[in-house]
Amino acid sequence: MRWKTTDYTGWGRALTASGDIARPERRTALEAILKDGLVPAIGMRRSYGDAALNDGGRVIDMTRLDRMLSFDTTTGILDVEAGARIGEIAAAFAPRGWLPSVMPGTGFATVGGCIAQDVHGKNHHKAGSFCEHVVSLTLLTGTGPVEVSPEKTPELFRATAGGLGQTGVIVSARLKLLAAKGDVMVVTERRIADWDEFLVRLDASDATYTVGWIDATATGVNLGRGILEEGETGSGLITQRGKYRKVPFNAPHFALSGPIVKAFNSAYYRRVPETGRTVVRPISDFFFPLDKIHDWNKLYGKAGFHQFQCVVPLGAAPALREMLEEIAGSGLASPLAVLKRMGPGRAGYLSFPMEGYTLAVDFPNRAAARNLVKRLEGRTAAAGGRIYFAKDSLAEGTDLGAMYPDLPDWQAEVAKLDPETRLATDLTRRLSLRSAQ
Amino acid sequence: MNSTWIILGATSSMARAFARAVAAEGAAVLLAGRDIDDLMVMANDCRLRGARLAEPVTFDARKPGGFADLIERMEKEEGELNAAVFVGSMPEQSAIDEDPALIDGVIADSHTGPARFLQMLAPLMEARGGGTVVGVASVAGDRGRLGNYVYGSAKAGFATYLSGLRNRLTRAGGHVVTVKPGFVDTAMTWGLPGMFLVASPDAVAKDILNAVRKRKNTIYTPFFWRYIMLIIRHIPEPIFKKMKI
Repeated sequence: MRWKTTDYTGWGRALTASGDIARPERRTALEAILKDGLVPAIGMRRSYGDAALNDGGRVIDMTRLDRMLSFDTTTGILDVEAGARIGEIAAAFAPRGWLPSVMPGTGFATVGGCIAQDVHGKNHHKAGSFCEHVVSLTLLTGTGPVEVSPEKTPELFRATAGGLGQTGVIVSARLKLLAAKGDVMVVTERRIADWDEFLVRLDASDATYTVGWIDATATGVNLGRGILEEGETGSGLITQRGKYRKVPFNAPHFALSGPIVKAFNSAYYRRVPETGRTVVRPISDFFFPLDKIHDWNKLYGKAGFHQFQCVVPLGAAPALREMLEEIAGSGLASPLAVLKRMGPGRAGYLSFPMEGYTLAVDFPNRAAARNLVKRLEGRTAAAGGRIYFAKDSLAEGTDLGAMYPDLPDWQAEVAKLDPETRLATDLTRRLSLRSAQ
Repeated sequence: MNSTWIILGATSSMARAFARAVAAEGAAVLLAGRDIDDLMVMANDCRLRGARLAEPVTFDARKPGGFADLIERMEKEEGELNAAVFVGSMPEQSAIDEDPALIDGVIADSHTGPARFLQMLAPLMEARGGGTVVGVASVAGDRGRLGNYVYGSAKAGFATYLSGLRNRLTRAGGHVVTVKPGFVDTAMTWGLPGMFLVASPDAVAKDILNAVRKRKNTIYTPFFWRYIMLIIRHIPEPIFKKMKI
């Protein structure tokens, strides 16, 4: 197998690694590489920070091991290779009345990546996390392939679900798909005037899919205003999804400066009529709104960006409001900000979700923004919440033990499977995840 | 859609993208190659994406003795018969310089093997009165260069063969598309130095399918390679022979 020596980044492009990448196209080629010892696996590198980076070392790009292996129409279980993208699965199965049970905000995420981060979707409050719908998975370990399932190997499953790829290379998984009414979404959008109304609406929402866009630049009486989207799958005719667009070059640094973002957000807020509206959308438009613009991360310019995402317990909502106040006051936020209520569902020791509210905001990679994110991480810890490894690129020395109380269990299990820490990544090193806290 | 595609060299990433595209339209796909285990995986994938039928079949460009079985298998499918040829091999020119015997394999994989297969298939296509052959040649075949002239000459020979076959099948309602890809992001080019403007296999497959629909004769993919090769072909030989590109 030829190794390609190259620089590569996570989705945020603020962190860079340089090293060798192999990209096997057949299972046999993958097994041949791993004969010489474990190598961390990466997918589409949609994690924002350094979860998929291994500076100075090797990684295996799994994106060409992306085949669907079998599907059982009675149980709805799809066996699929880890490099397959969620959006591809949705596109192939939605017309036949099936959808992945949990879909993250981008359809470009791979199945392997979704497992390694135990991702959540707009239906987390009802459906739980991604790995709660993984019936079993095949893991290539130092001693060969292992079948991992919640029933037969519960500890290993919990260490692999949301386990950042540290237990072995995930090669395929059996996913329980969800029977869907059809291949379109019926979406109700309504304006939310402020923070208090947002929480009330989120708490009261009974929709299957719920997500809130929040104007992270609005201050004062408008603090926390936004748009609540509630969706259900439906059937019916709809025009094809439009052509995707590309961002051809890095945007200049002022493209997402304070006044421009503020103006954009105001217009975006008023896009939805005051009385609200119900619209029919293609599935992909609702679940993966940003995928239409390929490489949208280039909008942040060459320096890249950081995303801050935290979840805090329901009772800590006032602390989250204070965080939003600090964000809005800073004038550093981008238009991409999301507020959502999460349920308790999580499948692994290091899974992100907890019952509570989650807030995600993008910031351009500047010193002021980096400092702000660090302060927000401190506030998250104080509020009894946690930060998301799929997004984080800045935390250092944060008290992860308090955020992730099962960390020692994860470490014990991972140490058994990868005693030589061959699977370590820039993320696990930066946060010292593999060593005692 | 009652059409059948046999895809030679179906384990390659370009072939994979193409097979998926025709599978999604409900065609039957016969995935031909040497690694039957991997082709079995591909067949499952194609079926789940909508193929009416997907089946792995053995094809080794260097063993023409097995071709008759494939033709027989194709004959069993009713309706329009089509073939897409993605086979070819490109050892480093330096390896061929060391062992000239390697030439035979390159020519068999990239030219004579697939040509012989298509030659056996042609009467069947004529009898059915239609169908399309997609033949993947290469920009490397447009002019012999220091870096890969053995591979280039095999692809040039194959391109000339395709042009003749087009001449023949047109008379029976059939069609031949000659595809000349530039650099494509495949296992063959992964990590090679000097790659630029690399296209994804999906983009190439889309171009090919479009060419099949519009019955184009020869396409470069991505399109701009037509102009790059136009320039390269027009460099006067006295100058070209001293160049290293």
